[in-house]
Order: sequence, then C-alpha cells, then structure tokens
Amino acid sequence: METITLDQKKIKRKEHKRVTGSEAILQALVIENIKTVFGYPGGAIMPLYDKLMDFDDKLHHILTRHEQGAVHAAQGFARVSGEVGVCFATSGPGAANLLTGIADAFMDSTPLVCFTGQVFSHLLGSDAFQETDVVGVSMPVTKWNFQITRANEIAEAVAKAFYIARSGRPGPVLLDITKDAMVGEVDFHYKKCDKIRSYIPLPVTKDLYIQQAVELIDNAKKPFVLFGQGVTLGLAELELIAFLEKTGIPAASTLLGLSALPNDHELYTGMLGMHGNAAPNIKTNEADLIIGIGMRFDDRVTGKVTEYAPNAKKIHFEIDKAEVNKIIKVDVKVLGNVKHTLAEVTTKVSQNSHKEWRNSFKKIDQSEQKRVIKKELFPEIGKITMGEVMQKLNIVSEGEAVIVTDVGQHQMIASRYYNFKNKRSNITSGGLGTMGFGLPAAMGAKIAAPDRKVVSISGDGGFQMTLQELGTIAHNKIPVKMIILNNSYLGMVRQWQELFFDKRYASTAMTSPDFVKLADSYGIKGECISDRDNLQEAVQRMWDSDQPYLLEIKVKTKGNVFPMIPAGCAVDQVVFGDEN
Amino acid sequence: MNEEFTIIIFSENSIGLLNRITINFTKRKLSIDSLTVSESAIKGVFKFTIVVRCALNTAENLVKQLDKQIDILRTFFLRDSEILHQEMAMYKIETSTFTESNKVEGIIRKYNARILEVTKEFTAIEKTGHKRETQQLFEELRPYGMLQFVRSGRVAITRLKKELLSDYLKKIEK
Repeated sequence: METITLDQKKIKRKEHKRVTGSEAILQALVIENIKTVFGYPGGAIMPLYDKLMDFDDKLHHILTRHEQGAVHAAQGFARVSGEVGVCFATSGPGAANLLTGIADAFMDSTPLVCFTGQVFSHLLGSDAFQETDVVGVSMPVTKWNFQITRANEIAEAVAKAFYIARSGRPGPVLLDITKDAMVGEVDFHYKKCDKIRSYIPLPVTKDLYIQQAVELIDNAKKPFVLFGQGVTLGLAELELIAFLEKTGIPAASTLLGLSALPNDHELYTGMLGMHGNAAPNIKTNEADLIIGIGMRFDDRVTGKVTEYAPNAKKIHFEIDKAEVNKIIKVDVKVLGNVKHTLAEVTTKVSQNSHKEWRNSFKKIDQSEQKRVIKKELFPEIGKITMGEVMQKLNIVSEGEAVIVTDVGQHQMIASRYYNFKNKRSNITSGGLGTMGFGLPAAMGAKIAAPDRKVVSISGDGGFQMTLQELGTIAHNKIPVKMIILNNSYLGMVRQWQELFFDKRYASTAMTSPDFVKLADSYGIKGECISDRDNLQEAVQRMWDSDQPYLLEIKVKTKGNVFPMIPAGCAVDQVVFGDEN
Repeated sequence: MNEEFTIIIFSENSIGLLNRITINFTKRKLSIDSLTVSESAIKGVFKFTIVVRCALNTAENLVKQLDKQIDILRTFFLRDSEILHQEMAMYKIETSTFTESNKVEGIIRKYNARILEVTKEFTAIEKTGHKRETQQLFEELRPYGMLQFVRSGRVAITRLKKELLSDYLKKIEK
C-alpha cells in the first residue's frame, strides 16, 4: 500500500489500480463474466481496441464484417445462452450501423450492452469527423443509454448497464464513450450494480390476483394458455410444464415462445399468429379463459382486436406492467417473473384434464393437416417446397438443432414445421422482422453454444442483406450450417402481392449470385440442390459436416405460406389457401 | 374521447431524460400542450408537469411507458378536478395607453393583474391564473397594442395532503 502526503495529512491510499478508461471498461467486462465481444474498430474507439490486445486471454473479440453483423451476432449469442451480448462499434457510422440490431433487441427483449466510441468530449456538438448523437438517436430503442465523458464515470455506468440489460424485462443498453474518457486515467474500483432507486425490475406480485387467477382457472371450462418468450427469459420452462400438466390446459406458443415447450408435449397445440396453426388461432375465440404467459398480445397474434377472444376472461402473467392492458384488456394481471408466479399458481390450482376441450382441437388439426401441411411437407410433383426441407431437417436433426431464421416465408415455414425439442432452440427476429438477422445471429449463437448444431435458415433476399458475414464465419471457422431457401423472390412480399395487390409483383423478383461459388470464394463448403431425390442426403451432409457449410436449395418460386389470418381479420378467420 | 390530463413525472436529474420523455409523446403523435420542469420539494428529484389532450386509454399506456424509463421515479396522470394548477403570463403594452384613457387601468384591476415595471415606453404586467383567465386578459389588452406576450407551462399540485412521491421514496430507499 502506497502512502502519499496531502495537506500534511497522511492518507492511506486504497489498493486500486490506476488504469486508463479503456482498461477500466475491459476489466469491468471481465468482472461481469463476459468472454466474447463482437465488434468493428474505427477512429473513436481505437484506444479500447488497443487495450483489447492485452486482454486476448480473457476476452475473445470477433471482428465482424459490418457493425450490423456484430449486433445481430450479439443478439444470437444472448438468445441462445441467456447471457448479455456485448458489441463494440466506433462513433458515427459505426454506431448508426448498430441501430437496426438494437431496435430488434428492444422489440424482442434481448439483453445487450453496446459500447460505441465517441469523439473527444471537447468536440461534442461541433459536427466533428464521425460525430453522431448516438445517445439521441438510440433513445427510442434502448432500455437505457448513457454518454461517458470521463474515465471516472466508467465503472458505475458499466455496472448499471449490465444490471439494466439483464434484469426485469431484458433489453439493449448503449454506452457512448468519448475518446478522452478512454485515454484518461482512473483508480479502478468496480462494484456490481444490484439496485437503482428509480428502476423496479420485478414488480410486486399481489396475492389477491394470484387467488383470482386460481379461481378463474379452476372454474374455466375451455381454458387456453398462450405462452411467449417470457417463459424462456424467466427460465420458467419447467414451471410452465408443471402448470400445464396439473391443470390439463392446452397451450399454444407465440413465435418467440417456440421451443420453451417441446413440440411433442401432449398439451402443445401449435403456434399462434398470422401464419400460426389453425386450431390455436380458431380456438382462441372459443375459449372461455385466455391465460397469457410472458407474451404481449402482439398484433400478429391477436388479429382484429375488437373480435379477439370475445368469450374469454383473460389472465396475464407478465413482468412488464406496461404490457398489461396495452392491447387487450385483461381481467386479472399477475405481475412478476413467470417462474415464480406460475409456480405459485400451480400449487394452488386444482388438478384437471379438460379432455373434451383438448380433443376439440384435433378436428381442426386434421383439416389443417389435409388442406395445408400434407401438400407443403409431402408434395409429389413440382419443385421442392420450403416445408419439405424442414421435414428433412426434422428427420436428420431429430429436433436437436438450434434454428436461427431470417425474416419472411422461410421464417414462418421453419417456425411452423421444425419439431423443437430443446429449450432456447428458436432464434428469430420477431417484433421488428429484420431481414438480414439470420446469418449473423446464427454465427453468434454458434459461438455461445459450441456444442450445439446451429442451422441458419434464410431466404435468398435476407441472406444477401448480411452475407458479408461469410467472411467472419470463414475467418473464425465458425461451423454454422447455412440453408438458403432460394425461390428467386422476396417471397413474403410476393405472396402479399399475389393475394392483396392483384398479382402485381413490384420489385420482388430477384437474381442472386451463385451462392455455392460465393461460399467457395470464402473457402466455405457449399452445395446447391434443386432435385427432390437428393434433398435428404444433402441435408444429411450439411448436418454431418463439422465445418461451416452452405446448402442452397432451389425451391418453388411462387409458394405461399398457409394458413393465414389476413391483416385486419379476426383470429378465427383462417384462410387455408384452397378456398374459392 | 379526448380529455385533458396533467401528467406529473418525478425523475432523477439526468441529461437527456426530457428527450426520452418527449419520444413517448412523439411516437403516438401526441402534442404537448404545456411543459414545466423544475426541482421538486425533494432534493435532487425533478418534477415534470405536462399537459396533454388524449383518450384515457392513451394516457394510461403513455404513463406506463414513461414510468418504465429507468431514470423516472414515478409517473402520475390526473384530471383537472384532482389538482390545483396555475399558469403565469406576462404582457407588455405601451405606457401611453394608460395616459390616453383609464380603460387599461380598469382591465388590470378587474383581472387582479400586477404591474412589474413601468418605463416611459412600456409597462410590463403579470397575471397568474388558469389559461382561460390569462387568455381573457390577453384578449382584452390586445386592442391597446400588445408589444410582447408570454405564458408559462402549467404548474400543479394535487389535492392530496402530501406529495405523491414522498412515501414512495421512503419505501424504496429502505
């Protein structure tokens, strides 16, 4: 311990190491147990990258090929692991390129901490080179953000950032750090944050509402559970199963809830929403009790709000009280982490089976099976369908894959037809619907879960939005399996044009590069299939490969995703595509 | 049906919070009728008073979203019947209007307005009250030549005995 003399008083200095701001940030990351960072350097963040070289035994930095790739990778990382995803970007364009991913993470409650470099503090507001008010522009899409202009603000701000990102309803946080804060020196002392007086991550659960929920559940004749990603985020998969098995209530998943309950569970009835399964959508409007668990009644789930579940009382289990009564008015709100609230309700509800009610789903299932699924999964003639590919992937992977999708028809097909077996196996851009999400998110997911097989499923359109990340995959030898379902169209937009815009295919036909050659130019193995007879073997080869592997499949050009609830219609107005 | 609501926000003193607050109005295309910010009776805690016209459901959702912002301690929304509120207006007219007739003097007496400063050229007048009252005074003075006019945003206190926040703060700081 060193002793210094100040004002003739002897002050014993604490053993805090004098470090630069950059080092303080990296030390903080190590204390927060961060091991992987995705990013892209540039002028304003150079001091941090310089110091990063001294941390290469503790922090693994993945250089992406675009900042958007970095943030989506961090999202994929966070979604598969449940940990906070971290990314670095420089000021100005670097920071701006993160925004799409931050907005996506905000919609889908993904915990991220993004560090952006910023110009020297004395230049702030002067329109300096690569200066953007990133705190200003990211405000609507961050859970919290903060600009650090002095090295001594770093420890507290970083601690707060991680606490906010991962607690309560998780979300993205952005820290904007001026270059002088990175080069300035500070006595580093880090204390993890566990409380902010103006922030209540976990609302109080009221016993009265638990009691009311129990009564409604016990008295319901046709209760129906709709679960969302809150189950995954709350680590409440087992509590969900326990609740369902005790009450015998059938359950359906939102797009983001997929894989929280194994698809083969006898109480699982399918996916909700615009392209969800027919039975859960139709039965929503027959139910006498809707139990929303960790979901937010998104418009893609509710359809026409005024005709949503008109016969049902509604219970909402939710951690974010701003989501309660936002779209759908509920009768009982059970605030809190669903892990705790579900467990409590489970102990109090009566055992039940609801056999007859559950069986009533089957008739609609059979109809969907005949009118849609059979044609999609087992076509005998014509080109390969997207559903067929998922069917083969099911056979080959036996539900063991982590499915990372992009956005569009392939996303709906993958979500509809993959047989999820394990939790945290579904990574998709739900709320924001960000094309280009899939490939980089899959890359991040694979890094977070090296022992799992990660399959990225994209369309030809979305893949071309972020295909530069093939460079990152090749450089780091990240064994991601990439399926491109190439229909030579922006399929979902084309489907809407066919159905709602008089088949006027405005700007949706698309030529693509030779994806196999493209992969080859990066040294990535690839294969292109257009013949049904070779499909399963090709999927098997991809599955068995321990290298990055690209499989392009030429699919039916004008395939449509059905069933569908047209925009503005009630959830029971399901269209199967064979009407006329 | 649109109604007038007074939204009261208690917050930490953090840079950019005003921006975070107004975003929530912008994204719903809500116009802010008036906005006043200052330190509250509790040291370090700032109080925003915002007047907005919107539907009840919009106000409820807006307030929940505001309450969710990390640096906001609590947000309340109140109808006019639940608060005492005032606005302050300042008017500047030519001093010569007083010498030409006693009508202006009569108006000022009627409204119980206060004269702040008199120079050879102008007279500055202040009136505190509801918007309707300050507006009426404006309308009556306008024919005599209004050199300048300004009105503050609303300030409001509740009809409850104590500050909305004080018990809450004690509770969370325990």
